[in-house]
Amino acid sequence: MQFPENLKYTKEHEWIRVEDNSIGVVGITEYAQSELGDIVYVELPQIGKVVKQLESFGTIEAVKTVADLFAPVSGEIIEVNEKLKSSPELINKDPYGEGWIIKIKIKDLNELNNLLSAEDYRKLIGK
Amino acid sequence: MKRTPFYEIHLELGAKIAPFAGYEMPIQYDGIIVEHKRVRESVGVFDVSHMGEFRVSGKDALGFLQKLTVNDVSKLTPGRAQYSAMCYEDGGIVDDLLIYNLGDSYMVVVNAANIEKDFEWMKKHLDGDVNFENISDEVALLAVQGPKSLLTLQKLTGVDLSQIKYYHFVKGKLAGVDMIISRTGYTGELGFELYFEADPEICKKVWTAVMEAGKEFGIGPAGLGARDTLRTEMGYMLYGNDIDQTTNPLEAGLDWIVKLDKGDFIGRESLLRIKNEGLKRKLVGFTVVDERIPPRHGYEIFKDGEKVGYVTSGTFSPILEKGIGMGYVDIKFSNPGERISVNARGKELTAVIVNLPFVPNRAR
Repeated sequence: MQFPENLKYTKEHEWIRVEDNSIGVVGITEYAQSELGDIVYVELPQIGKVVKQLESFGTIEAVKTVADLFAPVSGEIIEVNEKLKSSPELINKDPYGEGWIIKIKIKDLNELNNLLSAEDYRKLIGK
Repeated sequence: MKRTPFYEIHLELGAKIAPFAGYEMPIQYDGIIVEHKRVRESVGVFDVSHMGEFRVSGKDALGFLQKLTVNDVSKLTPGRAQYSAMCYEDGGIVDDLLIYNLGDSYMVVVNAANIEKDFEWMKKHLDGDVNFENISDEVALLAVQGPKSLLTLQKLTGVDLSQIKYYHFVKGKLAGVDMIISRTGYTGELGFELYFEADPEICKKVWTAVMEAGKEFGIGPAGLGARDTLRTEMGYMLYGNDIDQTTNPLEAGLDWIVKLDKGDFIGRESLLRIKNEGLKRKLVGFTVVDERIPPRHGYEIFKDGEKVGYVTSGTFSPILEKGIGMGYVDIKFSNPGERISVNARGKELTAVIVNLPFVPNRAR
């Protein structure tokens, strides 16, 4: 399983990639999609919604189970992945690429220090 | 935690293993939806060796089973299988099960989670000349299900499988192994269930032969995840979800297996009373309107803001590509076409009650 070094991770299995030192692209990890199995629906937040770090911003429905999605950092949601509405399975197929879920305008870059590195995340899940 | 004799094979195939009813079982191999469609379109193989089997023999075996189960065992001739249930005195369900008439004895097949409970319950009611044995650990069970199941298995046996009618079985050799070849299943597709000795070598031999024979049809393994979505599309009950000690077979829609006029059996008086008083609630199927969100076990059901029931089983239907579910609702709101709403963790889903099954049953 892949856990790219350039991403930061939450204990709740989200990843965040920082672009332009201000925007965070967020998705769930390869491990998370594999544990959930076939994803059939993603409840996406409204654009403009403001979330706090580790606050729930949506849910993800797999055939077998449902899981909450948590914001890796505080900020305003500025974009959601519209493709997931018709093709939620993109998260299974390409969790770090086409399966991204939201983009957040990061409020405080220091919050990234609360997140896990790829190595720490691997340790957490025992991979 | 127990393992079935196919455990090593599941590991080799990279199955996701999880505990189920005290067993480490394969939940999925290639993904639930792929496995589900494989069974609907071609053929899939399930290891369901965790299921329990009891052998009942002796002069009074028939009377014993008549007293314990709700269906009429006297109608069960050798070579046939019968779907039935055991009830408590109050009509609550102990378990649903299959009974096979093997000629010289009966085999009772019960849910894995209920093996001990059922065995103790039946033992408590032993009477007369009856030998009663739990042979669960000695029996392996593979379910080979799907429209190509017959063509797959026919390559491996001299038994003419096309002659085995639905809910009938034959004792014969398949892949060189003595077994019970039963035309039964839990998927709603043409299919067979194979009962044979739970020896890892024998199990490997049968598994390998079946997979080889089905190769040209795209055969593959299927896990408990797909087993659950397949049975839900058929509206088949799962003990612990849709039926249990607090539900009776009449409200569960299992009245067709309850033979109130067959003579006395445990629960008969209560069921007769329930029937005469009229049902207060009923197990119904419903589809979610305009949403792919699956209903889940335990969600509450509402009508005009008032709670009228709860969801017992729910999933995303890979064939209908929407949420489907079953649940008990107040009898007043249980007719097909009735609109209800389901509270999915705070989100209100609109659903409509439909006739079961959700997807045409092709098992016959």
